[in-house]
Amino acid sequence: MPSSLFTYAPAPESRSVVTLRPRYGLFVDGEFVEPRDGSTFTTVSPSSEEVLAEVAAAGPGDVDRAVAAAARAQRDTWGPMPGKERAKYLFRIARLMQERSRELAVLESMDNGKPIREARDVDVPLAAAHFFYYAGWADKLAYAGLGPSPRPIGVAGQIVPWNFPLLMAAWKLAPALAAGNTCVLKPAETTPLSALLLAEIVQQAGLPPGVVNVVTGAGDTGAALVAHPGVDKVAFTGSTEVGKAIQRTLAGSHKRLTLELGGKAANVVFDDAPLSQAVEGIVNGIFFNQGHVCCAGSRLLVQESIADAVVEALKARLETLRLGDPLDKNTDIGAINSPGQLAKIEELAGSGEADGATRWSPRCALPERGYWFPPTIFTGVAPAFRIAREEIFGPVLSVLTFRTPDEAVAKANNTTYGLSAGVWTEKGSRILWMAQHLRAGVVWANTFNRFDPTSPFGGYRESGFGREGGRHGLEAYLDA
Amino acid sequence: MSTDDEGVRRDVTTSSARADGAPDRPGNAATTLPAGTGAGAGAIADVARSETALRRFLFGLPGVDQVGAESRAAALATRSIKAGAKLWAIETAISMVDLTTLEGADTPGKVTALCAKARRPDPADPTVPGVAAVCVYPDLVATAKRALHGSPVAVASVATAFPSGRAGLAVKLADVRDAVAAGADEVDMVIDRGAFLSGRYGFVLDEVRAVKSACGRAHLKVILETGELATYDNVRRASWIAMLGGADFVKTSTGKVSPAATLPVALVMLEAVRDFAASGGPRVGVKVAGGIRTTKDAIRYLVLVNETVGDDWLDPARFRFGASSLLNDLLMQRSTQRSGAYAGADDFSLE
Amino acid sequence: MPDMPTTEPAGPGAPPTAPQPVPPVTREHPRLAVQKTYKLYVGGAFPRSESGRSYAVHAAGGAHLANAAHASRKDVRDAVAAARRACARWSAATAYNRGQVLYRVAEMLEDRREQFAELVAAGEGVAHHAALAAVDAAVDRWVWYAGWADKIAQIAGSSNPVAGPYFNFSLPEPTGVVGVVAPQESSLLGLVSVLAPVLTSGNAAVVVASELRPLPAVALAEVLATSDLPGGVANILTGRTAELAPVLARHRDVDALDLAGASAEIAVELEQAAADNVKRVLRRDPAEHGWDGEPTPRRMLAFVETKTVWHPIGV
Repeated sequence: MPSSLFTYAPAPESRSVVTLRPRYGLFVDGEFVEPRDGSTFTTVSPSSEEVLAEVAAAGPGDVDRAVAAAARAQRDTWGPMPGKERAKYLFRIARLMQERSRELAVLESMDNGKPIREARDVDVPLAAAHFFYYAGWADKLAYAGLGPSPRPIGVAGQIVPWNFPLLMAAWKLAPALAAGNTCVLKPAETTPLSALLLAEIVQQAGLPPGVVNVVTGAGDTGAALVAHPGVDKVAFTGSTEVGKAIQRTLAGSHKRLTLELGGKAANVVFDDAPLSQAVEGIVNGIFFNQGHVCCAGSRLLVQESIADAVVEALKARLETLRLGDPLDKNTDIGAINSPGQLAKIEELAGSGEADGATRWSPRCALPERGYWFPPTIFTGVAPAFRIAREEIFGPVLSVLTFRTPDEAVAKANNTTYGLSAGVWTEKGSRILWMAQHLRAGVVWANTFNRFDPTSPFGGYRESGFGREGGRHGLEAYLDA
Repeated sequence: MSTDDEGVRRDVTTSSARADGAPDRPGNAATTLPAGTGAGAGAIADVARSETALRRFLFGLPGVDQVGAESRAAALATRSIKAGAKLWAIETAISMVDLTTLEGADTPGKVTALCAKARRPDPADPTVPGVAAVCVYPDLVATAKRALHGSPVAVASVATAFPSGRAGLAVKLADVRDAVAAGADEVDMVIDRGAFLSGRYGFVLDEVRAVKSACGRAHLKVILETGELATYDNVRRASWIAMLGGADFVKTSTGKVSPAATLPVALVMLEAVRDFAASGGPRVGVKVAGGIRTTKDAIRYLVLVNETVGDDWLDPARFRFGASSLLNDLLMQRSTQRSGAYAGADDFSLE
Repeated sequence: MPDMPTTEPAGPGAPPTAPQPVPPVTREHPRLAVQKTYKLYVGGAFPRSESGRSYAVHAAGGAHLANAAHASRKDVRDAVAAARRACARWSAATAYNRGQVLYRVAEMLEDRREQFAELVAAGEGVAHHAALAAVDAAVDRWVWYAGWADKIAQIAGSSNPVAGPYFNFSLPEPTGVVGVVAPQESSLLGLVSVLAPVLTSGNAAVVVASELRPLPAVALAEVLATSDLPGGVANILTGRTAELAPVLARHRDVDALDLAGASAEIAVELEQAAADNVKRVLRRDPAEHGWDGEPTPRRMLAFVETKTVWHPIGV
């Protein structure tokens, strides 16, 4: 528990930097427009349930309009534009994002419920860095190793989730635009605002109309986008279930597809691990962004000989986590993004107890309004329990044990997912052995949940296919 | 979870001194230092039985990943402290200062002036707490003792051929006895870094033990000189050797070597004292010294203490700042907090 | 190679005749050629279909060439299991070793080029010289891919300069078990062109051979079996594509699917089924005409996963 003597004063980030409009339209062909055949929905702050704004839900006609605008822009302006000119637009977007970083961070925190510390230090700088990184590729595509004269694919339909709304939009838009494609982006229903602010930045950057279009809405908007015949490439980040549905939809079509889906990452801690850092890594692995992270280290696999010590240290550390107002700069754990997600987390946590695992949370008062779930650890978890197999997408850690490296690998790989994994040991050769044997697209050794625009990210198996980030991330947007 | 911060903050802003809920600070830092009990409970004592056992133990300590430790310290440095809590933190920091002068040019006049400052850091405001101790070379201990007579401020003396520690044990012990005889309440020794880096851990341990015994009733702070130890693994091992040898405090640096105290070094040392206590040893204090000049720096250390070891160490009996210019900055920031106007450098005395 | 006809047999159903003239063993009884039973290739062995079924394979002109095993869904199951077992060892072999093994395949194929030319000529109905050219191209293709084994990681991997004190690298790893619907027309060169890249990048394959021209595939299996390729790394099934491919596509332990030989009609169904466990699907490239062109790394890269590893840099 943080000291009763030394309490941090609330340090709320000012909301005044953000100007919320009462109502947001769609961003189509360079302008914010009213939906033609859509409707509207509201987006709320998950920490207070306050309605933040009314947002347009794009209907099929609106999607059609956006795809048509994107196709026109691809054909007439963005496609023919020399790479070095495209590059300058992207650099400009990166700079504008940096200039308006405070505003983006506060808005993201308000709409998503994530701690401002994370929005400020992770989401927004990384999003800008992605644009900066891919900007540089726009006039160097021939050197990407994908073939001597790679060409853009055309119109990219991109659907992003609610856990990192702005960052995921950047992951999608930046490589697509650098490669000469135009985009129709569909933000998540519960977190549309930062993408709309990004659209405003796109407008400020003077991007030709139609190069980036944002169609807000729910699943049916996304489905319309995926199915639209004018879309040449679909990029989706979200649940495995929806990812599979999209893959089915695209069967037999000409459309290219990349999927970044769920995960159930193992974070493997050996008895010779740097323990203090491992504990930090475990905490960062599962409680970063309230566990709303596809690559979250939701299964702690700890060597039996140190399991008790690790769990004890982990509990002590959890007592110092601060849950509360996402806009408070001292907050570590923010709000759960939606009542639906909260219900899912509660249901799965309930199953953990019903299955016989031991549930523990630090002493922790939850705010009365909003959607909250305390950081939770389950010990005594058997591999067969649902909490050890299903993606919870919340601040819930399942602790399992192993005895040997072989057993650690077998248990870590015993999942249909394969997005990420963690390894903690001071022994170099074991790190590399583990890295070789773990079936996961990202292996963090003696660290966890690190991201960088130069670093390819994506899954094995049912965690999806294709990579985002780095040179590899261009492949999804080029015909080589 | 401190979701009730709101209430605390309100209390603090109306409080004249430190945050509500803070117990009265014990009057004499020196007398409230935890009595060193040597190497704690049985299991801990066992590891110091032989060179082999000690080495095996030290190398069995979990490693420290540099990047992980530094990023944790950096994350804590972003904690935001405002208004009333800050005032409490500033006053706590003042009470934790070992006001230090360790110059070849030190004179009785300089030391006397420093002692006056130590007793009443801000003569214009009697509500400012005194500092924890004045820290001087052994030959000036008597001067400091006289100047601080009747005050709760302790006198600390560096010893053991400070700062290099390059002397025979007999000379080091004579240095310690000299300081203690002159009335030093606390002795700041340096470990033999050469011995440590060449792997003679038992030698280092024996020296700490010998000095501890020469200290008598005086409390022992063991300076690791972390800037010369090069790795956090070494900092952790040296901390354990010091604690096993009976240190009442482990201290980062002499202030003569750069880098001196850093947040990650302090983090590693705080983890060591936490683990030592958890394994049955006494609660050993931590002193950070060298390069801490601003209130912002000091508060970052307090955050680190708070998050790593908690309440029990937020006390001059278990956490100290070895510093000189820090005190004036704390006074300036305290004045700013209280009056709302920024203070000027010349509002406070220079010693 | 005397067990296959070089000329049209007398009529449908007639046994293939050996190249003439066959020296008579005795004056009264000319020697009867020994016919080969074409079987499946699963786990390094040559079993018959567990179903006991076979189907008649005809030459391009319609003459009966042989009966091929008509694999069942259970044969697919067995082949996938064999591939899964073999996967770990093959993917863990050094790239140098994989290259050596694949080069050995080329050597063994070269050795039997006449036999393959006859099979290809008969099945595809092309002239002998054209068939021989296809076989030679197939041999060269193995050599081309063999050389790739220890280079693929160098062109597909990278060291990534992340903004922080971390060493970060990406490298390609085999996807796992790849289901391959082999090209229907090009019975050897097409097959090699899709199988070799899958093996080169370290995967194990379950191949559904060309339905109407399966004989070169089975003969290739014999080459593979004598080429140091560990049993189970390549498994070759003959039978009805429309029956076998969907089983592969639905199989949850198959990681990827190559639709090179899937007709447009079944490709949709296969791709839909593949979504059930998010298989990587390499569609038939409509721009791809024949297999004579220079290969590119594309097919190898379609069946690798990029793994990125982070580690702090510190003392």
